[in-house]
Amino acid sequence: MKLTRKDFLRLSGLAPLAIVGTKAVRAFADVAAPSASAKNTKRWGMVIDLQKCRQKEGCDLCVKACNTAHNIPQFPDKAHEVKWIWNQPFESVFPFEQTDYTRQAYTGHPIPLLCNHCANPPCVRVCPTQATWKRKDDGIVMMDWHRCIGCRYCIAACPYGSRSFNWQDPRPAIATSNPDFPTRTKGVVEKCNFCEERLARGLRPACVEACKEEKAMVFGDLEDPDSEPRKLLRSRFALQREPELGTSPSVYYLV
Amino acid sequence: MRDRPQILAGLLVFVGLFTFPLWHGRVTKASPTAPDIKLPALEKQCVAPLSYMRNSHMQLLLNWREEVVRDNQRQFTAYNGKVYEKSLTRTCLMQCHSNKAEFCDRCHTYAGVSSPYCWDCHIETKLTARSSP
Repeated sequence: MKLTRKDFLRLSGLAPLAIVGTKAVRAFADVAAPSASAKNTKRWGMVIDLQKCRQKEGCDLCVKACNTAHNIPQFPDKAHEVKWIWNQPFESVFPFEQTDYTRQAYTGHPIPLLCNHCANPPCVRVCPTQATWKRKDDGIVMMDWHRCIGCRYCIAACPYGSRSFNWQDPRPAIATSNPDFPTRTKGVVEKCNFCEERLARGLRPACVEACKEEKAMVFGDLEDPDSEPRKLLRSRFALQREPELGTSPSVYYLV
Repeated sequence: MRDRPQILAGLLVFVGLFTFPLWHGRVTKASPTAPDIKLPALEKQCVAPLSYMRNSHMQLLLNWREEVVRDNQRQFTAYNGKVYEKSLTRTCLMQCHSNKAEFCDRCHTYAGVSSPYCWDCHIETKLTARSSP
C-alpha cells in the first residue's frame, strides 16, 4: 500500500500521543522504583563529642591517622598547607556560641574540623567538570582527582575551608606513604572523603578508628533513626558549623 | 622507446629497495626480539585474555577507574568467572605484576609509548624498585 500524503499527515498527528505515552510510562517507573532504592540510601555522618576531646589536651590522633592513611603532605609553608582533618580553636569555629563565662571554659580548646559532607554542598554546584559530586547512595561529597582541572572554584565556594590545593608536587613532603591510597599531584584540589575507600571494605573512617579509646568521634548513618549518631543527637544538644548558610552539614559537634 | 629495459630495471630496483623492510623479515624469518618482560611467577591467567590485554589494557584500566571512582562498583568478574577487585595497585600490581619496572615500563619503552600518568599519583607497591617516572 502506498502511503498518501494525506495519510502521512494524519499519522503524524499521532506523534504527540507517543510522546505523552513514553512520559507516562517513565513517570510510573519512577513512582515504582524509589521504594526499593530508598531503603539502601544512607547518609553518612559524624558526631564529635567535644567534651571527650577536651579531656585529652593536645590530642591529634585523628589528624595523624588521616595523614598517614591518605598520604597527606606536610609543607612547612602554611600557604601550601594541605589538610583533610585538622584542629582549630573553639572561638574561631563557633564565635557566636559563647557567653562571657563559657568563653573561659572553651577558649583555646581545639576542635577537629573536616569536610562536612553537606546535604547541599556549594562546592559541587560550582565545579565545572563534575570532579566533585555528591554520591547519591550515601551522601559523601566525592572528589575525582582524575577529572579535577585545578580551577579552585570549590575552594572559593566552600564556607568551611575544608578544601586544599596542591600548589606543588606533594610527594617529597609525604613522610610515610601508604601504597593503598594514591597521592595527589600538583594542581588538584583535595579534601576529606569520609574514608570512602575504607567504607567500601567495611571499615570505619581512619580518624574514628584512631579515637577508639575515647570514642569522641561517632560515625554512622544519619538516615537510620537507630544509628549511634542519631541516638546521640536525640539525647544531647549539638551544633553544626554555620547552619544558617543552608548547606546542612553531616558533621555535628556535641558541646 | 629504446630506454624501456633500463627504465623497467631501474624501477624494479627502486621498488625492491623501497619495500626492503617489508620483505626482509619474511625472507630471513627473523623477527625483532620481543621485549624482555618479567611475567608473574604464580599466576598464569590475567583478568582478560592475553590478546585483549595486549591491545586494550589501557581501556580496561580506564573503565575500572570510571566504575570505581564514579559509580562505586569495585568488583570485576573476569571472562572465566573469577572475581577481582578493580584496583591498579591492589590487584594488578600486588597480586601479579609486582615489578612495574620489569613489566609495564619495559614494554612501554619497547613500544615507544610515553609513560602513562597513572604513576603521578598511584604508588607502586613497596616491593618494587622505584623507576623513573
